[in-house]
Amino acid sequence: MNYHWNWGIFLERIKGGEETYLSWILTGFGWTVSVSLCSWAIALLLGFLVGTLRTAPNRWVARLCNAYVELFRNIPLLVQMFLWFFVVPELLPRGLSMWVKRDMPAKEFATATVCLGLFTSARIAEQVRAGIQSLPRGQRYAGLAMGFTLPQTYRYVLLPMAFRIILPPLTSEFMNVFKNSSVAFAIGVLELTFQARQMQEDSEQGIETYLAVTLLYFICAFIAHRGMSWIEKRTRVPGYIAAAK
Amino acid sequence: MVADFDFSVLQPSLTFLWTGFLFSANLTLVAMTGGIVFGTLLAMGRLADLGFVSRAAAAYVNLMRSIPLVMVILWFFLVIPLITGKPVGAERSALITFTAFEAAYYSEIMRAGIQSVSRGQVMAGQALGMTYWQSMGLVILPQAFRNMLPILLTQTIILFQDTSLVYAIGAKDLLKAAEIAGKNYNRPMEMYIFAAVIYFAICLALSTLVKRLQKKIAIVR
Repeated sequence: MNYHWNWGIFLERIKGGEETYLSWILTGFGWTVSVSLCSWAIALLLGFLVGTLRTAPNRWVARLCNAYVELFRNIPLLVQMFLWFFVVPELLPRGLSMWVKRDMPAKEFATATVCLGLFTSARIAEQVRAGIQSLPRGQRYAGLAMGFTLPQTYRYVLLPMAFRIILPPLTSEFMNVFKNSSVAFAIGVLELTFQARQMQEDSEQGIETYLAVTLLYFICAFIAHRGMSWIEKRTRVPGYIAAAK
Repeated sequence: MVADFDFSVLQPSLTFLWTGFLFSANLTLVAMTGGIVFGTLLAMGRLADLGFVSRAAAAYVNLMRSIPLVMVILWFFLVIPLITGKPVGAERSALITFTAFEAAYYSEIMRAGIQSVSRGQVMAGQALGMTYWQSMGLVILPQAFRNMLPILLTQTIILFQDTSLVYAIGAKDLLKAAEIAGKNYNRPMEMYIFAAVIYFAICLALSTLVKRLQKKIAIVR
């Protein structure tokens, strides 16, 4: 193995340009974090909505939400990216389609965020449903017996409990969002993976590039993990196994 | 609606798409088999009393699980030729990467499986005079496999979906074949939809089967 190491590569100028390679990587880091956080917001909102409705008394609503989850779970994320990017704009009404294809600002970013958000929301919906169904039936009856309406029972009793129970798998999901955001390179979002590939081809210092980028992914995962553990600690339910020190 | 689809272009490209699909299926099977074998060894290593073995296994598993798969694919694609001195090709590199990567995920499942077998079983094996390997192979692992079979299969479904990520290094799987066919006929949309439908149908069928299997093999305790 005769590899020519060159750690100084990050401070060198890119070929025929003013920027350094470091600025490429940092831009990539910025896009990775933005895509991940925005998708996470969409995923949490939709995931909790769909997951809750899956336990609803109305059969048809529950079935529709199950279909939603199955649809987004059984198609690879990368294929979904291509569908959102190439196929969906064609299905829109003409005026809107033209706008999406030509004038929409940050088109790649928006597409990747919506795609990753919906993909993740299906997985969160699965966890939310499991969390709600793991609660003893008595909790629901107690809420109704107190004179709460069904939405109130969900709002004040079931959802807060379910949220705390599913925090550990939710943590893994939050870390997954950062990992999955790497797929956005395929539709041209200038995130970390995209920039890493570009820098490797341009500078031919692949090992240094991938080491640096891998480290940045680690940092994201670590911060996500610490943040979620903090929330987990703050929201423990007294009397549950998780609450014991 | 702007789109007017023409799915008739699918027919002439079916054989080509089929070769892509075969690669996806082959990659899934190889990575599943290799991943379960290496994963089981990793899990046994992690549960071993030897400090450095369990730490090394844990480090490997945690490292693999905290990097995006696309990055791992790019890593191997870059590093294997550096070590061997010659290019290995996208397809072969994908086979090695997926086996190594999936082993980490299967290992966590097998670890849970081994830990789900009750202590008494281990002691019973010892009491019968069995060696470590005998009690592992004849008592513990068969039960661990049975308990974890549905989860192992679910992981394989995820693995099948993830094989689409070999797109990053240009290996010709179903998705890449669909893209190439789409370019040839200037009909990318139809091809992407077709690929999505195939993935969806297979994954939905498999996950329904797993659900049924789960009910069937559940051990009544």
